[in-house]
Amino acid sequence: MSWISKTFSSSIGRKIIMAITGLFLCSFLVVHLVGNLQLFKADNGVAFNAYSEFMGHNPIIRTLEIVLVLGFGFHIYEGLSLAIKNRSARGSQGYVSNHIEQNSSWHSRSMAMLGSIVLFFLIVHLYNFFGSLRFTDVPRDANGNEDAYALVLAAFKNPFYVALYVVAQFALLYHLLHGFSSAFQTLGLTHRKYTPAIKFVGYAFSIVVCAAFAAMPVYFFFFK
Amino acid sequence: MAGSNPNAKPMNLTLKVWRQKNRNTQGNIVDYQVKDISPDMSFLEMLDVLNEDLLRKGEEPVAFDHDCREGICGSCNLFINGRAHGPESGTTTCQLHMRKFSDGDTITIEPWRAAAFPVNKDLSVDRSAFDRIIQAGGYVSINTGGTPDANEIPVPKEIADRAFEAATCIGCGACVASCKNASAMLFVSAKVSQLALLPQGHVERKTRVENMVAQMDIEGFGACTNIGSCAAECPVGISLENIAILNQEFLLAKATSNNLA
Repeated sequence: MSWISKTFSSSIGRKIIMAITGLFLCSFLVVHLVGNLQLFKADNGVAFNAYSEFMGHNPIIRTLEIVLVLGFGFHIYEGLSLAIKNRSARGSQGYVSNHIEQNSSWHSRSMAMLGSIVLFFLIVHLYNFFGSLRFTDVPRDANGNEDAYALVLAAFKNPFYVALYVVAQFALLYHLLHGFSSAFQTLGLTHRKYTPAIKFVGYAFSIVVCAAFAAMPVYFFFFK
Repeated sequence: MAGSNPNAKPMNLTLKVWRQKNRNTQGNIVDYQVKDISPDMSFLEMLDVLNEDLLRKGEEPVAFDHDCREGICGSCNLFINGRAHGPESGTTTCQLHMRKFSDGDTITIEPWRAAAFPVNKDLSVDRSAFDRIIQAGGYVSINTGGTPDANEIPVPKEIADRAFEAATCIGCGACVASCKNASAMLFVSAKVSQLALLPQGHVERKTRVENMVAQMDIEGFGACTNIGSCAAECPVGISLENIAILNQEFLLAKATSNNLA
């Protein structure tokens, strides 16, 4: 095995993959959120559809899409396989009495479970929008852009989708509350002066991003 | 006795103790009653009382690890009422006193649990995995010769203090026992950062972290998810900052060492 594969197959190397892909996916959340905020514009989706058309056809975006798929792929694969490895490291005989809640937070211990909920949501979400836009013929709006806005309107009239989307944002919130600052710790980027700021930014980021995403299905269900 | 409380009433307790004959057999929890336990006794002295009772009855005493009973050797390792070294923070089992419990309490006592720490017998576990990690690089090689002069190598006080803080790790394994991933990262990080901080450790700095992390993985410890249980349960207060230093050292070594394998 070369030193590179040895590095990234060691327990610390795999954690570093989790941290780098995790922070990369955080940057994706920002881009995705900023674009989607156009759903709140009172123009019946003209701006959103133009943006959606651009994201679906621009060659640079389409190339970055491959990087994004790789980012998700590595994060999901390493996350699940590390969770299995860590469980087996605990041994076959567990504790009869274990008060782990007295020394760590619930969400920090539940990253694999929270991530799995987000993964389930991701699959449904891709089916709802990405799948239709990329693989089927979608009606076009007055400007000749694919009418992604109409897909959003239709999906968020379904109470099951609205409920799933909101629950998934709560899972993402708790996933990020631990994950954001945990990534910096894994990368060794800690400092007595800056770590408190990283923790604060991580909390603010998680709450703002997840609240804004959760607001979209709720807004469309009740007000559109 | 100096420091004892003359008004402290002796306690009667129910113990739920993990009994296991050897590595190859299944164990189970067995209930015992202990009577007239002084609140001034340490937890291990309370177990001594239990074992004397068992011996008198002709039963097999409970095996548990202990040595100095002063909180510095890291031998004692009991998981008490769901916590490593019991309910009091910053304390080894031998320094946990029965005054922390009340008359009539039921106390569950289990060995450390981790795939890399097999149970030898009852409450005694095999922690030789830690020894093998130290053998992989947790040392400074020094050629023998004349005694070096004191302060021959200047070390800034702040660095010396930080290295000393890391060096206080007694290798008890509470970090592994309490971690949901049975990760040994806090232990390894304490040893790596202690030696990385000091000039004496710089010579072997890169091979040390590479070899110790490799051995840690071979032993079957889990990977760190930064939940912080280890530092919360550490009897000597090793901080999570050391794990960040370990991660830095590991990345730096992997990126710049001459080791291609």
